Amino acid sequence: MQHMKRAAGVVLLATLALAGCSATGGGDGTAADADACKPSTGKVDLEFTSWIPGIEDAVALWNSENPDIQVKVQTGPNGNSGTYQNFFNQLKAGNAPDLGQIEYDALPNFRVQDGLEDIGVCSEVAEAKDSFVPWTWGQVTLGTDKSVYGVPQDSGPMALFYRSDLFEANNIPVPTTWAEYKDAAKKVRAAGGYITNFSQSDINQFAGFVWQADGQWFQNNGDEWTVDLTSDASKQVADYWQELIDEDLVSTVPAWTDEWNNAYNSGNVWSWNSAVWGANSIASGAPDTAGKWSVAPAPQWNAGEEKAGNWGGSSVAVFKGTDHLYEASKFALWLNTSDESLTLLNKSANIYPATTEGLSLPSLQEGVEFYGGQKIYDVFADAATQVNPDFVWGPTMTQTYADVSDGFKAAVTGDGTLFDALTDGQKSTIDAMKAQSIPVKG
Amino acid sequence: MSSTTLDQNTKQPRSLKPSKASDPSASAGSLKESLLSRTGAMLIMGIFTLYFLIPIWWLFVASSKSQGQLLTTNGLWFADFNLFQNIGDLFAYRDGVFLRWMGNSVLYAGLGGLVATIIAGMCGYALAKYRFPGREVIFNVVLGGVLVPATALALPLFLLFSQAQLTNTFWAVFLPSIVSPFGVYLTRIFAAQSVPDELIEASRIDGAGEIRTFFTVSIRLMAPALVTVFLFQFVAIWNNFFLPLIMLRSEELFPVTFGLYAWNTQLNQVPELRPYVLIGALLSIIPLIVTFLLLQRFWRSGLGTGSLK
Repeated sequence: MQHMKRAAGVVLLATLALAGCSATGGGDGTAADADACKPSTGKVDLEFTSWIPGIEDAVALWNSENPDIQVKVQTGPNGNSGTYQNFFNQLKAGNAPDLGQIEYDALPNFRVQDGLEDIGVCSEVAEAKDSFVPWTWGQVTLGTDKSVYGVPQDSGPMALFYRSDLFEANNIPVPTTWAEYKDAAKKVRAAGGYITNFSQSDINQFAGFVWQADGQWFQNNGDEWTVDLTSDASKQVADYWQELIDEDLVSTVPAWTDEWNNAYNSGNVWSWNSAVWGANSIASGAPDTAGKWSVAPAPQWNAGEEKAGNWGGSSVAVFKGTDHLYEASKFALWLNTSDESLTLLNKSANIYPATTEGLSLPSLQEGVEFYGGQKIYDVFADAATQVNPDFVWGPTMTQTYADVSDGFKAAVTGDGTLFDALTDGQKSTIDAMKAQSIPVKG
Repeated sequence: MSSTTLDQNTKQPRSLKPSKASDPSASAGSLKESLLSRTGAMLIMGIFTLYFLIPIWWLFVASSKSQGQLLTTNGLWFADFNLFQNIGDLFAYRDGVFLRWMGNSVLYAGLGGLVATIIAGMCGYALAKYRFPGREVIFNVVLGGVLVPATALALPLFLLFSQAQLTNTFWAVFLPSIVSPFGVYLTRIFAAQSVPDELIEASRIDGAGEIRTFFTVSIRLMAPALVTVFLFQFVAIWNNFFLPLIMLRSEELFPVTFGLYAWNTQLNQVPELRPYVLIGALLSIIPLIVTFLLLQRFWRSGLGTGSLK
C-alpha cells in the first residue's frame, strides 16, 4: 500500500515534470488529465482522519451500503491542536490518509504546501456545486474557477444570542444595527451587566465580524497573495469594538474558560455574537439560564441590510498521494450531502450542514427548549444565505491568529488598540509568508 | 501522601547531619533552634503540599458533579454526589473506549517500563563491571542521550517509523519507550558500588555464566536502582504525550493521556464531553498513585544512592 502510494507519487511528479505528456500507469494524474478521476477496479480501502465525534456512525452506515469502498476512520485532536501538524508530517513521510477533516481557514495552508488533490476533476464533485450554500463552495475552490480542494461539511453562520428576559425586563429593544447595539450596551451597563464579552483569542470570530462588513483579509489572484488585515472594513470593526472596550461596555474575560461560562451563567453578560454551533456552548456553559435566551439576526452596519458573518466550518479534503481519487471524493460527497449522514452528524456533533437541502433537516426545524422553544435554526438558515461568498483565508492562519491574538490581549489591557494589533498582524503575516517563500505583495 | 513528605522532612536532616541530630547529648539551645527551623520547614512543606493537592481535590470534587452543576456550584466543594454515576457513564461512552485507553496505557507504561528497566540494568551493569575498549565512549554517548528531550526526537522517530511502515502501530509507541539513557546512568553508578567484584568472581568460580550471574546474583543487589528506573520510566511513558500524538491515528491504540487530550480539544463543539474528560483525568492518575505508593520505599533509597554519588 505504502509502496504503491510512493510509486504513485513518483508517477505524479513525473507527470508534472513532463507537463502535458501522457503519463503511463498509476491510478491518479494531474488536473489536466481528463480521466484522472476514474474508478479503481476491485475492493478499495480508504483511510479518513477526522476528529468529529460520532463520525464513525456515519462511516459505518457508508461501509454497510458500499461493500466495495470500505472507509476506516482514524481520529485525533481537533485540527489546530495537533492533527494538522500530523497531516503535514504524514504528507512529508508519504503516508497521509486518503481523506482528512480540514477547516476552511486551514485549507489554503494545505493547498500552498501542495498537500491536496484537486477533486474538481471528478465530474460528480463538479456537478454537486449547486447543492451547497454558494459561499461554502467558495471556501473550497479557494478562488479558482474549476479546482475544488475539499467538500464543504459544515458552516457557522453568525447571529445574535441574547437574554430576551433581561432585555425585556429593562425595556431594551433588540438591536438590529451595530449603532443600536452600542446604545443597548450602555443601557445594559447601567443595569449592572455587560452586553457581551469581547474575546481576545477568537480571532476567527473577529474575522467573522469583518466578513459581515464585506471586508477581505486575503486575496489570491493565482500568482500572488495580497494581505489586507487593515482595510476600511477591518478598521471600522476594530474601532467599533475598541470604543466598547474603552467605554467599559463589554467584559474581556478570556473566552472558553470557567470564568467566561460563569459570566454568562450568572447573567452578568447578556448577549453573544456567535455562530450556529454556539447554541450548544451556551446551553452547556450556562445551564441556569435555560429558557431565557433567544436568537436574533446579527446587528447590521447599515439599517435595512441583511448580511451575516461566518465563524468556523470545515471540509473533507482528499490528500495528495491517494490511489483512489474517485472513491474518496464519492465518499466525501455522500458524507456531506446525504440526508442520513447529515442527520447522524447533526445529532452526534451538532454539525450544521453546508448544503442548501441540509438546512431544512427535520432536526433543524424544531423549537429548542433552551431558547424558550424558539425555532432558532430558522434564523441561522437565513444567515447562511447572507454570507459574503468572496471571503478568502490566508495560507498562514495559525500564525496570523496567534499574532493578532497577542495584540488583542494587549489591547484589552490598555496597551495599544485593536487596530494596532491588526497592523502588526498584517506585517508579521507578510513576513511569515515570505519566510515560507509564498509569493506575496508588500 | 502528606505524611510521606513530612516523614521525609524529619528524616532528611538526620541523614544529612548524622552527628548532630542523632547525638542524644545535643545542647538545649540547638534543640530549640532546630525545633524552630523544623516548624518553619513544616509550614513551608504544608503550604506546598496544599498547593499540590488542591488541584487533585478540585478534580475529585468536579468528577463527582453532574454536568449542570459543574460550572454553577463551588468548585472546591461537593454538590450532588454523582461520582459513580459519572464513572458508569464514562465506561459506557462509545463502547468503553476509555477502558481501552487505560489498558493501552498500562501496557505501554507497564511492559515498556519493565523492558526498559531490564535493558538499562544490563547495560549499566555491563558498563560498570566489564572492562572493554570504548566503554567510556559508549557511556558518554548514552549520557548525551539524557540531554536530548524526548519531544525533540518525536518527529525524526516518526519519519523513521514511516520508512519502516510502523507508524500507527503498537510498536510505534512501545519501541521508543524501552530506551532509558538515564536508567543506564543510574544503574551503572549503582552497580559499581553495590555489586562487589568478589561476588561476581565467586559465581564465576562456581561455574555460573555471565548472564546467569546477572539474573541470579547482581540483579538482586541492584534492585533498588532497578525499581527507581522502572518507576521513572513508567511515569515517563504514562505521561509521554507527544509521541502518541505524532505516531497514532487509530483510536484503539491511544494511551489515555492522548485520548483525553483529543476529547478536551473538542469541548467547544461537544460540551457533553467535559464531565468525561474530568472523570477520565481523575481515573487516569490512579495507576500512577498506586505504582508510586507501592514502590516509593525502593525509589527513595535508589534515588538517594544515585544522587549522592
